[in-house]
Amino acid sequence: MLKLINNFKDIYKYRVLIQSLVSRELKARYRGTVLGFLWSFINPLLLMIIYSIVFGFIIGPRIPAFGGSPVLYALFLFCGVLPWTWFAAASIESANVLMIQGNLIKKILFPAEILPVVVLSSNFIHFLFGVPILLLGKLLTVLFIPNAPGFSIYLVFLPLVMLVQFVFSLGFGLLLSALTVHFRDIKDILANMLTFWFFATPIIYPMTFPIIQKSALFRTFLNLNPMTHIMIGYQNTVFYGEMIRWKKLSVTLLVGIVLVIIGYYVFDKLRDSFPEEV
Amino acid sequence: MTGKYAIEIEKVTKVYQKYSSRHRFKTFKSALVKGDLFKSMKPDELVTALEGVNFNVPKGMTFGVIGENGSGKSTLLKIITGITKPTKGRVTVRGKVSALIELGAGFHPEITGRENVYINGIMLGLSKKEIHEKFSDIVRFAELEEFIDAPVKTYSSGMYMKLGFSVAINVNPDVLLIDEVLAVGDAGFVPKCLDKINDFRRRKKTILFVSHDLSTVEKICDQVVWLKNGKIKTLGEPKRVIDAYLQDIAGQQEEVFEQRQQRVNEEYGEKKETVIKKTSDEKTSVTVQQSLPPDEADEHREQRWGKREIEIKKVRLIDLKGKPKHVFQTDEGMIIEMEVESYSRIKDFVFGLGIFNSQGIQCYGTNTLMEEFEAKSIEGKCEIACRIEKLSLINGTYYLDVAVHKIDGYPYDYHRNLYSFMVSSLNKDVGIFRPEHEWSFSSKIQFKSFKD
Repeated sequence: MLKLINNFKDIYKYRVLIQSLVSRELKARYRGTVLGFLWSFINPLLLMIIYSIVFGFIIGPRIPAFGGSPVLYALFLFCGVLPWTWFAAASIESANVLMIQGNLIKKILFPAEILPVVVLSSNFIHFLFGVPILLLGKLLTVLFIPNAPGFSIYLVFLPLVMLVQFVFSLGFGLLLSALTVHFRDIKDILANMLTFWFFATPIIYPMTFPIIQKSALFRTFLNLNPMTHIMIGYQNTVFYGEMIRWKKLSVTLLVGIVLVIIGYYVFDKLRDSFPEEV
Repeated sequence: MTGKYAIEIEKVTKVYQKYSSRHRFKTFKSALVKGDLFKSMKPDELVTALEGVNFNVPKGMTFGVIGENGSGKSTLLKIITGITKPTKGRVTVRGKVSALIELGAGFHPEITGRENVYINGIMLGLSKKEIHEKFSDIVRFAELEEFIDAPVKTYSSGMYMKLGFSVAINVNPDVLLIDEVLAVGDAGFVPKCLDKINDFRRRKKTILFVSHDLSTVEKICDQVVWLKNGKIKTLGEPKRVIDAYLQDIAGQQEEVFEQRQQRVNEEYGEKKETVIKKTSDEKTSVTVQQSLPPDEADEHREQRWGKREIEIKKVRLIDLKGKPKHVFQTDEGMIIEMEVESYSRIKDFVFGLGIFNSQGIQCYGTNTLMEEFEAKSIEGKCEIACRIEKLSLINGTYYLDVAVHKIDGYPYDYHRNLYSFMVSSLNKDVGIFRPEHEWSFSSKIQFKSFKD
């Protein structure tokens, strides 16, 4: 346990390196494109527009929730898809990162654990670029759709929800990156698992859907999924303008912390094998 | 910092593990089912890269590591750097280490040289401020002022290496590890690197220098260790260790040449009936063609022709002491011995020999006629020797032609490239021939010396 704390101190020590690697990652991503950083805004904006069209005009009218307003549903959807994209992209990249950056591990003395941290952080910053778009969409619904839930003070808890997701994703990412070095199958398993996970999390449907509320089995299943509480956290603070569920979110944070400890333990155990295996 | 040694290596053993793919699948399953993730990851095969390596490098010393490919040199450096851990034993390094192992390993191709210098510097343990101060030095040393704001992917591999070297050397370490990095630089850059290394020597920094360039090792190192198959073979004064190493290499090459000679002897030694009948029978001339090497572009184009009225039965290369060998030093002498047999009394004959380098260029050729021996007669079994006092050839592999023919060129027995030998030398001179020479300079011309 003491060693673990020391290791976390190390991560803190490497913050300058993490910082510069994250900025390198972000710079490299749009290097050579005409629009550059604007893509970070354009991507979620386009996504939002597509959702509004598909759910507003094609599927939307059949969904009774959200006061029959398909645009509101599109916003609700976007509320979950945006953070989910962060989680999914970070997980998939984490699973590959040690192999992709194998040169660093093999050729120079390099603290491998900062690689999944860098992946998570650079995807986090991407997610942050999407947040203003989300809030813009919210503003538009408030202005133009009658009865739409307005902005509320509970928006201040949004960073807290992000923190919970960050911690949980970090633990998951550490575990994935270390294990994938030895079991390359994980990459493929993960891609499929994330699709399933996406639908097993209240993102495209609200937790309050009658079918879910009626079935105890459904509810238990969804409640056991940590991502459920994180997504509900986003929906509460941004979409509904409600208070977050303190208890459930705290438990999720705890789960995240435990996962980080496990992930780091496994990572540390396997660390010595990385230079030879990647 | 305490202690006399900069690097202490105590009984270090490194065993690499090889996992087969079948095994991996099995462990994944069992890892899932039984949950014994760590226990089940047992390797299929073990490869010992280092075994009980034990030595110390005193502070301020330039220490050379030599050995063939796969002898464990790079593994040793990786263990000293801390990239991998020894399976057994202990390594202690005192002071800040910078490793010139894989230059520019951390460079990202999409971003500029400038940005990469910063990130690479941070990876190597510098602070942003330190890099900022050293930035212009780094760029100037790498000679990349014009290109520093271009993405690294546009760099040539030489530019890449220069920038990597420049960053690593400006980390200002106490212990510098250098692994065969000078091999890729251009003619102008390598001396600059050596200057920089020399500068480190003067400042009493510790250097561990791994290289195949033995003359540089001899020039700059105070002590040399020779690794063979993961074990220390010899450790000590550079000249002595390098000589022992060269002898070992020569011994191995001797075997290779010996094998080639045996093969050639088997292939061309037998007197072929078809050759004799050549002129009388048209049909067999086809066979003759087939008895020649199948492919004209064959590596060394070994051939033997002639009707062997006089036959060269055996050719031996020996040194001046009479020991048969194939690997010679530049300043060594060589005797070419031939056993010949003339099946009748013949009055018209010339013995000749030619030395060719691996590009097929004739380095030397002579015969008894050119040297004004007038043939009178030859009969029965005879012996011929040609003594070369000093070979004076540069590094490389050489092929030997020997022949006996008539004055008008009609061949009795012609051996083309059937014999080969090697000249090994630490000199890097070029050309085909090394005339014995000596330099002298007047007192106002001075040269740097690596060792004071």
